[in-house]
Amino acid sequence: MKPENSPQTLKLPNDWERVLGELPFSITDFGQLLAWAELDLDQHLRFEKSLLLLLEKSLVWTNGKEVLQWPITAECTLVHGDHAGVGHLKLETLQHLEKIWYFTLAVNPHVLRLQASFKKMNAAHHVHEEHIVNEYDKQICPVCLSPKPANSDSCPTCDPEDDAPPSTWTLFKLWRFAKPYKNKLLLGFVLTLLSTGATLVPPYLTMPLMDHILIPYEKGQPIDFHLASLYLLALFGAALLAWGLGWWKTYLLALVSERIGADLRNTTFEHLLKLSLEYFGGKRTGDLIARIGAETDRICVFLSLYALDFATDVLMITMTAAILVSIDPLLALVTLAPLPFIVWMIHVVRDRLRFGFEKIDRIWSEVTNILADTIPGIRVVKAFAQEDRELKRFVDSNKHNLQINDRVNRIWGLFSPTVTLLTETGLLVVWGFGIWQVAHRHISVGVLIAFLAYIGRFYIRLDSMSRIVSHTQKAAAGAKRIFDILDHVSSVPEPINPAPLAEVQGRISLKEVGFRYGNRAVTKGINLEIAPGEMVGLVGHSGSGKSTLVNLICRFYDVSAGSIALDGRDIRSIGIADYRKCIGLVLQEPFLFFGTIAENIAYGKPDATREEIIEAARAAHAHEFILRLPLGYDSLVGERGQSLSGGERQRISIARALLINPAILILDEATSSVDTTTEKEIQKALDNLVKGRTTIAIAHRLSTLRKADRLVVLDKGEIVEIGTHESLMDAQGSYYQLYQAQIRQAAELVEGGAIGDTVEENNDVRQEESLQVIAKNLGAGV
Amino acid sequence: MMHTQTYQLERDDLGRLVFIDQSGKRHVGIYPVRAFPITAIAAGISLMDSSGKELCWFTDTASIPQNELALIEAELATREFMPVIEKIVKVSTFATPSIWDIETDRGPTRIRLKGEEDIRRIAGNILLISDANGLQFLIKDSTALDKGSKKLLDRFR
Repeated sequence: MKPENSPQTLKLPNDWERVLGELPFSITDFGQLLAWAELDLDQHLRFEKSLLLLLEKSLVWTNGKEVLQWPITAECTLVHGDHAGVGHLKLETLQHLEKIWYFTLAVNPHVLRLQASFKKMNAAHHVHEEHIVNEYDKQICPVCLSPKPANSDSCPTCDPEDDAPPSTWTLFKLWRFAKPYKNKLLLGFVLTLLSTGATLVPPYLTMPLMDHILIPYEKGQPIDFHLASLYLLALFGAALLAWGLGWWKTYLLALVSERIGADLRNTTFEHLLKLSLEYFGGKRTGDLIARIGAETDRICVFLSLYALDFATDVLMITMTAAILVSIDPLLALVTLAPLPFIVWMIHVVRDRLRFGFEKIDRIWSEVTNILADTIPGIRVVKAFAQEDRELKRFVDSNKHNLQINDRVNRIWGLFSPTVTLLTETGLLVVWGFGIWQVAHRHISVGVLIAFLAYIGRFYIRLDSMSRIVSHTQKAAAGAKRIFDILDHVSSVPEPINPAPLAEVQGRISLKEVGFRYGNRAVTKGINLEIAPGEMVGLVGHSGSGKSTLVNLICRFYDVSAGSIALDGRDIRSIGIADYRKCIGLVLQEPFLFFGTIAENIAYGKPDATREEIIEAARAAHAHEFILRLPLGYDSLVGERGQSLSGGERQRISIARALLINPAILILDEATSSVDTTTEKEIQKALDNLVKGRTTIAIAHRLSTLRKADRLVVLDKGEIVEIGTHESLMDAQGSYYQLYQAQIRQAAELVEGGAIGDTVEENNDVRQEESLQVIAKNLGAGV
Repeated sequence: MMHTQTYQLERDDLGRLVFIDQSGKRHVGIYPVRAFPITAIAAGISLMDSSGKELCWFTDTASIPQNELALIEAELATREFMPVIEKIVKVSTFATPSIWDIETDRGPTRIRLKGEEDIRRIAGNILLISDANGLQFLIKDSTALDKGSKKLLDRFR
């Protein structure tokens, strides 16, 4: 077969084109360009770019200064490997290492493609296998080859410019949540306008009060009581109006902001639940709790109190300024003179504060994290008498919190008094200038008094506006952290308009399944067909990719290559919830939620009848021990509930899986955390569960897989053997070795009797497991 | 397993390390690993075979004979990759993900920080930063960085 320049071979970057143009020879002499990779490390693992080209007849490497060239012969192989983030590619002949290249995993996909082209070329005499391209393979970014989110044209890996910088503008993203309440918000705004206007009436009335009543009286005229009472009545009326409107507005807007806050919390949690396990793997619980709990609350408080205040302030200031200008433009100018300065100061301080508040938030998460770490691990803490150490950790991070708070408060502390000083000075200037104006008969005393009354309010507003700065920044920081969650696109996308799932047979087909974690290949090229009702056991060392495979089948992660199909339909085209509903999962560590046993059993099917629950419990061999509990099926379990043994909890989780009557069953080390006697009981329960279902079981103890129709032996992410126990034993391959190792270990344990005796450690890989078994036999389970 | 002088270490034509144990068995493709690659570089070195079984343990580099040490160090040099960040030149944004232009002991490069949680404190002021590709970068003493770098770093932790 003639290797073709596949459409996936990309054009070289321009700088390399130029470098190649300057070579003493033309690369086209060696045939067509098949693949290339830009390596980013040199021989000494220093960051330096170089280019590796795969041509039809030769492999060319250049770093712009030197050029090396190897002819490709049949005995050449390219060996790829990686360690600690650095990949290497070796060009080997049968006897010699010709060359070794290093690169970071950022360019790994390109290198793998190059290696694949190389292999394909060398194996040209082999039967050409048609590469299956499905629609999901197109969801891979052509540049960096990493999967990109569905229905999006931009790739988050190589187009990171998409990441919007956080700023106060983040708060405007909240508009999405405010939209449903826009009528109420509009009404609130009108009310704010009116009530602010109403509060501006009284100072205006001081003007005629002064000029028409008090000043004439000073000049010896009698007081016009009728006029005076009219003015006072108007004053009172305005105050009453402002009170009523203010009350209505505050109530209305607080109502709306609480609802916005609740929506925000709900949406965030909803989104969080939809994110893939990958996301949770990288986050700490305390941090997520803090984000959804405290930060949404902070945003809510900001919206209900400070945003409102801010709007009022801005209105007040503009209205006041307008009134002042309309009364006397010159005096208004003098009065408003400090304003730009204050605005500038607010701007400067704002940046520093935002940074400080972000930091405080982070420290705050750290404090929460220590709690989230320590409280669940309290048994370990106490067992090793490390209370003081945990306390110290907590005190330290609190101290850190204090330090940063102190720093922020220093800026903050300086800021407020400075604003106050400026306002006082402003007042002084107005007094001075006003008296001078009055003396020259440019303005009346009433105007000056009105100005002073206005300016008092004006500066109070400015002051409070500057205070809002800190809250705005806090809310913006909070909003950013919330939108971090909300903007995170699930790596397991929900299909658009999925067709409903028909009756499930339970046939699972894995075709060329590969999974990369980051840029590390965890599993590759897995082909497996599981017939309906078949039980398949996954066997292999820890880290061989068993759990990854199960996670892929459950679609906790999406495959990076190839496809998984259920009854011939790609699982990515099935609604996630629909798909998971046909899977029953029993984990090593059963998790029980706080609630009654019945609720826990009915977790996957909340509308199950009592009869169904009991039936499931009976089948799971849980019925009897449940009845022995004082409150039977109504006993509370989970955190702070009735404490159950590992085996009992496991049987409840088996009943849970039984109740949803899944077509597919996944047992992930379901019996590993219990002792052998309990294991037997669980096994009996499991046998009921497995009947007639497609079952995929992972077990460390090979004896638990005796019922399996087929065993699949995995090693380093690849299938090495498939067969029944007998056939695999006959083949004397990896499975045989694993089995022998376990037998040997069991024998050693029997010989050793207890852990006190030193068993000659043979450095077996299963060593740690033997320790686990010993621990189990002793019944120790901290 | 204590090491005795009855083993042999050599490099074959394919560039792989070969360990010949007491019984004369050749283990091809063995590799050395450090027990404490960050906190105590010289403290413990183990030789592992290709399936990850320990073949030989040295409590510290001083206990390794000179010619073998050279082989081991050469092999380690190709396996150890934890550039030490000497300077943070520029960051694209203070929010994550953020692109950092940094100078390391292995030359200048550009990394992508996925989240603040990828900056981890190992011990004391030692920080370990993992970039989006899983590469790990070390900051040996976050207090000893220059002022600009410290300021930039500070925005993330």
